[in-house]
Amino acid sequence: MWEYTNKVQQHFLHPKNVGEIESPDGIGEVGSLACGDALKLTFKLDDKGVIADAKFKTFGCASAIASSSVLTEMIIGMNLDEAAKVTNEDIADRLGGLPKEKMHCSVMGREALESAIANYRGLKLPMAEGEVVCECFGVTDLEIIRAIKESNLRSVEEITNFTKAGGGCGKCIDRLREILVATVHQGIDLPNLTEKPKRMTTLQKIKKIEEALEREIRPGLRKDGGDIELVDVDGDFVMVSLRGSCTSCAKSQTTLKEYVEKKLRELVLDSLIVEESK
Amino acid sequence: MMNPEDAVYMDNNATTRVAPEVLEAMMPYLRDYYGNPSSMHRFGGQVGAAVTEARSKVANLLGAEPEEIVFTSCGTESDSTAIFSALQSFPDKRHVVTTRVEHPAVKNLCENLDTLTGHKHRLTRLMVAADGTLDLQKYEEALADDTAIVSVMWANNETGVIFPIAEMARIARERDILFHTDAVQAVGKVPINLKDLDVDFLSLSGHKLHGPKGIGVLYVRRGTPFVPFLVGGHQEKGRRGGTENVASIVGLGCACDLAAAHMAEENSRVKALRDKLEQGLLASIPHSMLNGHKTDRLPNTANISFEYVEGEAILLHMDQYNICASSGSACTSGSLEPSHVLRAMGVPFTAAHGSIRYSLSIYNTEAEIDFVLEKMPPIIAGLRQMSPFWKADM
Repeated sequence: MWEYTNKVQQHFLHPKNVGEIESPDGIGEVGSLACGDALKLTFKLDDKGVIADAKFKTFGCASAIASSSVLTEMIIGMNLDEAAKVTNEDIADRLGGLPKEKMHCSVMGREALESAIANYRGLKLPMAEGEVVCECFGVTDLEIIRAIKESNLRSVEEITNFTKAGGGCGKCIDRLREILVATVHQGIDLPNLTEKPKRMTTLQKIKKIEEALEREIRPGLRKDGGDIELVDVDGDFVMVSLRGSCTSCAKSQTTLKEYVEKKLRELVLDSLIVEESK
Repeated sequence: MMNPEDAVYMDNNATTRVAPEVLEAMMPYLRDYYGNPSSMHRFGGQVGAAVTEARSKVANLLGAEPEEIVFTSCGTESDSTAIFSALQSFPDKRHVVTTRVEHPAVKNLCENLDTLTGHKHRLTRLMVAADGTLDLQKYEEALADDTAIVSVMWANNETGVIFPIAEMARIARERDILFHTDAVQAVGKVPINLKDLDVDFLSLSGHKLHGPKGIGVLYVRRGTPFVPFLVGGHQEKGRRGGTENVASIVGLGCACDLAAAHMAEENSRVKALRDKLEQGLLASIPHSMLNGHKTDRLPNTANISFEYVEGEAILLHMDQYNICASSGSACTSGSLEPSHVLRAMGVPFTAAHGSIRYSLSIYNTEAEIDFVLEKMPPIIAGLRQMSPFWKADM
């Protein structure tokens, strides 16, 4: 049983603006039957360029229907520049929050809106141009990168919750991890991380990682006159600092990836990414 | 909290109501008779006698000997015990045969054997046809000299489809291969007589037949090589360590007696209610279809897909009327893909996402069936009106 807020239940049981506008100014369609959810959004502008009416048709679960309904409510009365700024977080916030596994429903709402605006402006959707990473759900790298940046995602599991990527056959998980690492490092201003629930709490992770370091990893490094310290754990990112002879060792990066990361993935969580804190 | 009397409960493959008789039988062992069955004193010994009596009752329902009954904590523990036992008994056999539609208790175990045991295994997962049935020819071909165990469910939890266990166990026996069946959904609903079968291991779970949660059984045919899963004390003749869950064991014994007494009703009255519900829904709701074989099926289960709508949304609308059922839709499980059972059967995505499982019990009434038949069509129509894939002229 999902824990839906009253607001989600309200919008699910009594959705607003169901239907399809005849000869709309903008029309956006995302999702598919195979994916398990789909949304068709239509809107009409008044002579001042303000959204006078918006309607939706949604195939999907309660949170997909509620996200669509609240979205139409939000954008009526906005001009297109304002509407273009609506994010999936805004949609989720208006609903009083969504279960983390259901965040992709709010993402779908945002994408349909974007697609409808692009349709009105005669533009191509930039997100669709990307390279498809998740074949099961047709998610592109651009969509994934944006979700990582905007929603501050720090693990592959969170990427799946927000975009569905990786939630099917799982073949793209490695690629998702690469994108995650690349995106997190490119974004120079890493904002303060809001705590997000994970399968293992950060405290649990830290404890397990410390144990693994002490029992399995340090003895090996110490034999060669080196050592390792845990500096920080941030989602799946494990920041460590190498000590002693490791600091000057040319192979320290290989040690980190091939030995430390492999061991920690094996002993703690197979999604961990080990990096040297500088 | 929802009032239990208000629930229109049609989710009995998930769990069942504890029969009042079962609860009554259990209470003394929770309240007064707290002794340890292993103790030397009479206060514990009398509790041991209650466990012995319950063991006979379970054995009776299955057509087994009391010594062949091992109490466990749940169906999942029974499944794990059977499969690991076979693999440890035959360390040079590293092939396992199962199906694509097993319950996660068997499926996830078999798919992770290499990681769990540290040895390489070969796994054959038998395909099913569109109606959920198995091809026996393919099954025979899959058996090999290094097959350690076959694990095939007696009846499917999602569709209720029944597999030909008698025939399959016989074939395995001819090849000297151990045969395990997860009969969690079948026990109490269809007659089982292990004396006439070549089944070596059978799992059952108390809470699926109006017993309490947290109690299971593994039937181990006499003479079958066995390695315990939980190692500890001498309980269960050394086959399962851990102090007995006495009250639940007594409750399960009582539930087995009741199941034997209700078997005929289950296969007549309950089946008639199921048929009425199923036929009524298929007739009143267009673009709906039955998932699973029409007759080789548990008497209490109907799995119906309503195309172009999504299962979780249907369930939550049903919930408004206190109707309890399940769905094979992706959204209800927290995963993003619909049920592995329906996908293995090749149910199209349009239908898999909108599947609802109704599973009845002897506690359901005709009035409840009528109520559900009245409420379902407007729920589906309402959601379809909202669906971008639904066209009014469909």
